[in-house]
Amino acid sequence: MLGFGIIKGLAETWRNFIGSYYDPARLTTVQYPEQKLPPNENARTIPFLVFDGEDPMAGLRCTACSICAQECPAHCIEIVKDTTKKPDYLGKMQFYPKVFNIDMGVCMACGICAEVCPFDSIKMDRVFELSSHDRGMVLQKSDLAKPNDYFREIHPTEAAAVDAARAEEQRKAEAKKAANPVLAKS
Amino acid sequence: MMAVSDLQTSRAGDSAGHDLLEVSMGPHHPSTHGVFRMNVVLDGETVVKLSPVFGYLHRNHEKIAEKNSYLASIPYTDRLDYICSMTNNWAYVLSVEKLTGLAVPERAEYIRVIVGELTRLFNHACLAGFLLQDMGALGTPLMYAFREREKILDLFESLSGARMMCNYMRFGGCRCDLPDGWLEQAAKTVANFDSFLDHFEALLTGNEIIRARSDGVGVLPAALAINAGVTGPGLRASGVNYDIRKVDKYGIYSRFDFRVPLGERGDVFDRYMVRILEMRQSLKILEAAMRDIPAGAIIDPKAKLRNLRPKAGEAYGRIEGPKGELGFYLISDGSATPYRFRIRPPSLINLTVLEDMCLGHTIADVVIILGSIDIVLGEVDR
Repeated sequence: MLGFGIIKGLAETWRNFIGSYYDPARLTTVQYPEQKLPPNENARTIPFLVFDGEDPMAGLRCTACSICAQECPAHCIEIVKDTTKKPDYLGKMQFYPKVFNIDMGVCMACGICAEVCPFDSIKMDRVFELSSHDRGMVLQKSDLAKPNDYFREIHPTEAAAVDAARAEEQRKAEAKKAANPVLAKS
Repeated sequence: MMAVSDLQTSRAGDSAGHDLLEVSMGPHHPSTHGVFRMNVVLDGETVVKLSPVFGYLHRNHEKIAEKNSYLASIPYTDRLDYICSMTNNWAYVLSVEKLTGLAVPERAEYIRVIVGELTRLFNHACLAGFLLQDMGALGTPLMYAFREREKILDLFESLSGARMMCNYMRFGGCRCDLPDGWLEQAAKTVANFDSFLDHFEALLTGNEIIRARSDGVGVLPAALAINAGVTGPGLRASGVNYDIRKVDKYGIYSRFDFRVPLGERGDVFDRYMVRILEMRQSLKILEAAMRDIPAGAIIDPKAKLRNLRPKAGEAYGRIEGPKGELGFYLISDGSATPYRFRIRPPSLINLTVLEDMCLGHTIADVVIILGSIDIVLGEVDR
């Protein structure tokens, strides 16, 4: 019968419309910005640098090895190595970055930098309200540094794994130092 | 393109008294699904000539990939067909795996099938929504499709970290394992999708207005479709049984029992219907894959993340993407960057038959014929 298909279709839209009043599964939107959905643990937006301890600049894990800058698909990371070294968490002398800039206007949030970093220094953040009134999109070392506690808070599973691995390495290094005091001095 | 004045001279005898009109449709036209332009020559409201103009979204993708490492090209493939990033990843890693000879563990193959078929589900659902929007059903079917798509995108976010730019697959496997409870959530989404499809079809398939608009419009003959290299649902709607999942059996598709829906006439309605039926088959594949997925490693232990230097040679990896045959042709000269990086985009090649389908139809039909091809301009222009 001509027109029956249209009536059947209209019944469908009415079912959805009425359903949106009593079925919570049909209410798929939230009133952003008043309401916000709980963030997803694995969500990634822009990179940040993890530091240990209190002082962001002293505790940066980054050793300025530039692997992230080489692998970055958009080449948005700029690293300048400092001339001096400082000891890392294992007591080894490592370089640290004098300049570490990420151009967030170019970054495409792919997460490859965090994936290739051998020092667990660069990780992906979860912030998303990033619009600004100026062109302050090139984030410096000081803007990027965030404490390890923050990392633990946003990615608990991954942070726990990283912390465990680092504690294990530290324990091994100390055992080695104790076994061979000559090496430890050098 | 023939100038309008030439066309008019050649038609001077038969249509005295009215002129042809050349209209530039797009690039900022809501029905062109992006920045796509058509130069349409109209006789009244009937299309006499149509020439597509594209390149407005050209981003130099292939050349960028030839300057970047193999790994760094994966996020760029997300941005080709930005609706189906998972299948783009898959086609690219498949060709690199052919080039390097990496094996993929069982579990990773199953995960790839699951995310690939989920991508096909929401791509086809959204396409049906967009097509209906082009026909004038503003919003309603599209919003229903988007509601379901959002559930799948939530799954992708909890798996890969991003809703659309997933950057999930790696050479020789996948980047990370499924989070706890992901499979249960996915199984729930898939189970609900079947009833969504029933309701979606109740809304659309029997609708007389849709039948009147789409029956016999934009017919693509099978011979032309084959000659032009059309692939995907557009080709199958013309009755050609060609599905790379069946032909190549890449990955583990030989293990799944599914049928390839075919159309008869190759018009807009067949292209819509083939996609609906394909979604039903995808649900079958998904159910089987989620039931059989084994435990184990998700990446080949020999796979290197960085410094991938394949031996000199070439490889062409292709998959049945939601839009058609998506292939990556790579030539390696042994260095860390590909010597040649060529993409075979299904959208672009399916678009080449647009004029043949549109001639003789009205301008309103051009809009739905374009909608039924299923193009994404990010892939057409690259």
